[in-house]
Amino acid sequence: MITAEALHVRFGAVHAVRGVSLRVDPGESFGLVGESGSGKSTVLRALAGLTPVSEGRLVIDGQDLARGRDRAFFRKVQMVFQDPYGSLHPRQTIDRILAEPLLVHGLPEARIARALEEVALSPALRYRFPHQLSGGQRQRVAIARALIADPSVLLLDEPTSALDVSVQAEVLNLLADIRAARQLTFILVSHNLPVVAHLCGRIAVMQGGQIVETLDEASLRAGIASHPHTRELIALSRDLEGA
Amino acid sequence: MTTRAWLLSDTPASRRQAVWGRRYQGWLALKRNPLAVAGLVIVLLMLAMAAAAPILATHDPGAQNLANRLQPPSAAHWFGTDELGRDVWSRVLFGGRLTLGMVVAVVALVAPIGLILGAVAGYAGGWLDRVLMRVTDVFLAFPRLILALAFVAAMKPGVESAVIAIALTAWPPYARLARAETLMVRNADYIAAVRLTGASGARIVLRHVLPMCLGSLVVRVTLDMSSIILTAAGLGFLGLGAQPPLAEWGTMIATGRRFILEQWWVPLVPGVAIFLISLAFNLLGDGLRDVLDPKQR
Repeated sequence: MITAEALHVRFGAVHAVRGVSLRVDPGESFGLVGESGSGKSTVLRALAGLTPVSEGRLVIDGQDLARGRDRAFFRKVQMVFQDPYGSLHPRQTIDRILAEPLLVHGLPEARIARALEEVALSPALRYRFPHQLSGGQRQRVAIARALIADPSVLLLDEPTSALDVSVQAEVLNLLADIRAARQLTFILVSHNLPVVAHLCGRIAVMQGGQIVETLDEASLRAGIASHPHTRELIALSRDLEGA
Repeated sequence: MTTRAWLLSDTPASRRQAVWGRRYQGWLALKRNPLAVAGLVIVLLMLAMAAAAPILATHDPGAQNLANRLQPPSAAHWFGTDELGRDVWSRVLFGGRLTLGMVVAVVALVAPIGLILGAVAGYAGGWLDRVLMRVTDVFLAFPRLILALAFVAAMKPGVESAVIAIALTAWPPYARLARAETLMVRNADYIAAVRLTGASGARIVLRHVLPMCLGSLVVRVTLDMSSIILTAAGLGFLGLGAQPPLAEWGTMIATGRRFILEQWWVPLVPGVAIFLISLAFNLLGDGLRDVLDPKQR
């Protein structure tokens, strides 16, 4: 479904992503873990086309992205951003925000009510502005927006890290339910190992712009990791859970 | 349900209700500022008086009566008469039409141009940004009145050339402002999310970036109104705006200045009119800034 080969991204003198290769199968849920600045979000933004690629090849669903992204690509691939306070237009109602993808793709507006229902938001919120919603509600709106045009790939950039712990679990469960119902392909980026382990079948650990290790769920649960950085992350998350 | 409850509803039931509710809250915020309300009232009053000039005027603004020249204010001539025996009250009303009409024309010309140029430059970036901004810099480098003077002098003096001349010199600050606002929002996640819907660049700029620039632009325009009025009046004063016998506030002061000591009402009345409208626009602009400027919220 998604292939990246020897991906490099440079911002001026900063070499943020240094030769990342990954493969994600249809319906798979793939996690990218790493510290801040490890380049994991940049990989995601490069896939979405928000960050220009310096070198390497990206293929999604047989479509080589070097040739640009057409409207069909944006129906297929959608993204949920980290900060629900920054990813919703402050001057637009929820209704207007959700209507925008429908207008662009020429889809019926009846989908708005259905999308709100799918993310368990009350129809009463439909004509409110983002500043009138809580963080969790906003992130649900962002998820509804990403889903409204029926994508097959969802890119999730730390979708829960800006939320309260109690709300985090709700949003994670919502994402898991939606993935099961819609057979979506996920790429989830997070610095939080338990979050990734909750949602993802396969995990890649990034450090300094490179993937240092790829683990399946079983070896992650068992704590079998060969790279020292992965072991550090596992130990850290156990410390935090124990605390 | 009262209109007020409908407007302030926490759970609007339609797009229209949500939008009007938001506007109503802005209005409530503006209403809390008495100076801004005073400015708004004066502006609306003067616009209404200018619009209703043919009804409110007691005399024909062009009718001369040399036997009756330079009369002090009286029951027949509320603000007296000028050097050709024309009624000053009627001339100020009709002059308001011309002066305020010029200002409105300048703003209608300038604000969209500045807004679009600035937003396009800011959103596109790269060479387009550089070209547009250097052109803006060139226009900014000229002193406003001097460039307008040169332009009017090159064309024939008159109301239309004055409007074009002022517009020519007034747009660069708006382009700069719109560009700065655009640069602030262009990398925001909510714009990235719109890009991910596959929307075209034009759609993103028009529907998502421009609304974010509008607030500060409206504030800036109202604050600039007074300087546009003063420039228009200044061109009129220098004989390059409206030509006699047309009544225009700047021109009226220019012809009346000879009588400032003995027949003070001739230049004073249009002067007070300019002062009042400039002050009112400034007060209104200050109030609007508190309501509209996103940075102050």
